[in-house]
Amino acid sequence: MGLGLQKPEEVSAPQPQPQKISGSQMLIEALRQERVEVIFGYPGGAVLPEYDALYGAGIPHILTRHEQGAIHAAEGYARVTGKPGVVIATSGPGATNLVTGLADAMMDSLPLVVFTGQVGSNVIGSDAFQEAPVLGITMPITKHNYQVRDVDSLPRIIKEAFHIAATGRPGPVLIDIPKDIATTLGVFDYSEPVHLPGYQPTVVPNRLQIRKVAAAIAQAKKPVVLAGAGVVFAGAAKELLEFVERVQIPVVNTLLGLGGFPASHPLFLGMGGMHGSYAANMAMYECDLLINIGARFDDRLTGNLKHFARFAKVVHIDIDPAEIGKNVPTDIPVVGDAREALRALLEEPLERGDTAEWLAHVKRMKQEYPFWYQADGQGLKPQRLVELIYQFTGGDAIITTDVGQHQMWAAQYYRFDKPNRWVTSGGLGTMGFGLPAAIGAQIGARDKTVVAIVGDGGFQMTLQELAVLTDYKLPVKVVIVNNSALGMVRQWQQLFYEERYSESLLPGQPDFVKLAEAYHMKGYRVHTEAEAQAVLREALALPEPVLIDCRVPAEENVYPMVAPGKGIHEMVGIRP
Amino acid sequence: MNRILTVIVNNHAGVLNRITGLFLRRGFNIQSITVGTTEVEDQSRMTIVIDADDPAVVEQVIKQLYKQIDVLKVTDITDMPMVARELALIRVNSPLSTRSEVTTLIEPFRASIIDVGRESVTIQATGHPDKIEALIALLRPYGIKELARTGVTAFTRDTEKVAEISRFNKVRAL
Ligand SMILES: Cc1ncc(C[n+]2csc(CCOP(=O)(O)OP(=O)(O)O)c2C)c(N)n1
Repeated sequence: MGLGLQKPEEVSAPQPQPQKISGSQMLIEALRQERVEVIFGYPGGAVLPEYDALYGAGIPHILTRHEQGAIHAAEGYARVTGKPGVVIATSGPGATNLVTGLADAMMDSLPLVVFTGQVGSNVIGSDAFQEAPVLGITMPITKHNYQVRDVDSLPRIIKEAFHIAATGRPGPVLIDIPKDIATTLGVFDYSEPVHLPGYQPTVVPNRLQIRKVAAAIAQAKKPVVLAGAGVVFAGAAKELLEFVERVQIPVVNTLLGLGGFPASHPLFLGMGGMHGSYAANMAMYECDLLINIGARFDDRLTGNLKHFARFAKVVHIDIDPAEIGKNVPTDIPVVGDAREALRALLEEPLERGDTAEWLAHVKRMKQEYPFWYQADGQGLKPQRLVELIYQFTGGDAIITTDVGQHQMWAAQYYRFDKPNRWVTSGGLGTMGFGLPAAIGAQIGARDKTVVAIVGDGGFQMTLQELAVLTDYKLPVKVVIVNNSALGMVRQWQQLFYEERYSESLLPGQPDFVKLAEAYHMKGYRVHTEAEAQAVLREALALPEPVLIDCRVPAEENVYPMVAPGKGIHEMVGIRP
Repeated sequence: MNRILTVIVNNHAGVLNRITGLFLRRGFNIQSITVGTTEVEDQSRMTIVIDADDPAVVEQVIKQLYKQIDVLKVTDITDMPMVARELALIRVNSPLSTRSEVTTLIEPFRASIIDVGRESVTIQATGHPDKIEALIALLRPYGIKELARTGVTAFTRDTEKVAEISRFNKVRAL
């Protein structure tokens, strides 16, 4: 087998005569067939055969410093490219270190194909060295998983895994490969088409349902579109814009849907949900027609379900039928891909209802209740920091985040006009996601500016991945929103636990600038807006990784807010 | 109310785990679950009885089952013409003094005594779960020493014969 240097594009389809190769060589060959551009991984005993096959095989491999880093990087890669991220880890601890990333990718529907080594087939179940029951552990947090029992089934399994990961509602698929399978010889045949009778996602929506949606639009006086990440995954941003402009319906984005509709558009009402805009939430509360396209009505979006869209006829367009009716009763279910559904809608003679008053009303709310913070002329407000990043990157950077206050400020103040630029952990809310995700994002989009906006807490969960930035010369800009606190926890303790700041303050921080230097990167520290301006301007122009420790006040809170248990119309902090 | 779902799945290792794990994770309650082979090689049939009043919950269960790659077909057969059967083994206290009484008692259930000891007999009964329940209730006063039930297995009737067979069945039942 030609396992020499070879670019993925140069693969020619027909395979040579049925010569036997080892399981690990099959893996490499299958990755070539799938045109995999990069692998994120970490070696170990049970994957030594795979790593040996990888040696000199010509598929770039990114060696992170922790398996969690590898899988978050793969998620970042998947988010910006739309292609499956590929991960390899060893058995036992290597595999269990992937658990957070798998759960994260499952929640946020990110396509991943993850390979784990396993102890030899003959000792599985004997508590062998570095054995963990990976299949059982990851069953509930993968879209599907496999343990390979027979080397000849490996090509089929890998082909199915890529198919399952990337089609329908995307998600992570794991393949557990016992060590002996990796070294056993078998026939590599990748030509068989995928045959999965139990997996037939509905892509094209039912025309009758589409007509019902069109009829509902014609009757609605107060319609609103809720656009989720499904729009981004489907590559439907263009169709959504065309549809919205045709029918003149205002748009709310979910946290993960940001970028699926241009934030600068006059019909954009902002993000909805717990820290969404007042206009977005009130529009979803008051509307008489809610058209959900590719969002899953997460509780952080809906607030108390009793009050959510309570006056509305609900349309839900989703590729995953199980999401429809799961949280919110739905009047017009449409199962299908967001782009296909929008195209079908655009083929209908769409009529608009009498919406003039509603449009004026929502625009007034948008104008009267913008996101706000109090600029005091001193120091550096975290919200202002995000505004500066927006300004200096021309609004076209890829932004990754951790989880917490800085994440919400990034969502509120970085106004995404284009899809696949917003990389954040939504469903699972995984601290430590930002830096490794930025690695994957930068690899997926080499020519783009990638800024990791991270919390001082979350950054310290995965900071060892700074090494990867230097190793692979990835010019990621790491911006630490350093409030010397687990800010979001501190905020909740202030608001709901009588300011009893139990274990949420981080007074003794390491010197992040020195840390950057230890990793051979440039480090900066800024305390004021003026410093931030100067440093951001300089750092963003540098073709190398940079870390900026931004000292911001600890007391700042994220507003507006829907308190837990409240309806989305009961926001607090909507004005200074 | 109990709903009976039949689920056709790929007969792969771990599929039962996938299904029970799904019920656990989503907080759905399983009353009973049976699995066995079918007329098609590589496919198994599961009969799952769930306790769910809310149709939205039943719908969610079915949709979640369908999301499993190894699930080929899910049918809620509760309201369809169907046969549902269960097998029970019941060891009941039965010294010689009550033995003939017990024997007479189980006769209309078409249950049979399959093992006899000095102080007890073991009864085997098959039928609709309601029938099994009724038999158990009747035997309880004698003292049930051990009880094993298989859980329900079921499938739909060939519809053309439905009316006829159900009449036939009513006569034979109890
Ligand atoms: C892995 C993990 N552990 C705990 C939490 C709970 N949590 C949510 S936000 C938050 C505070 C984050 O602090 P920091 O990273 O400094 O960001 P900030 O909120 O200050 O912007 C915590 C602890 C979480 N989301 N993820």
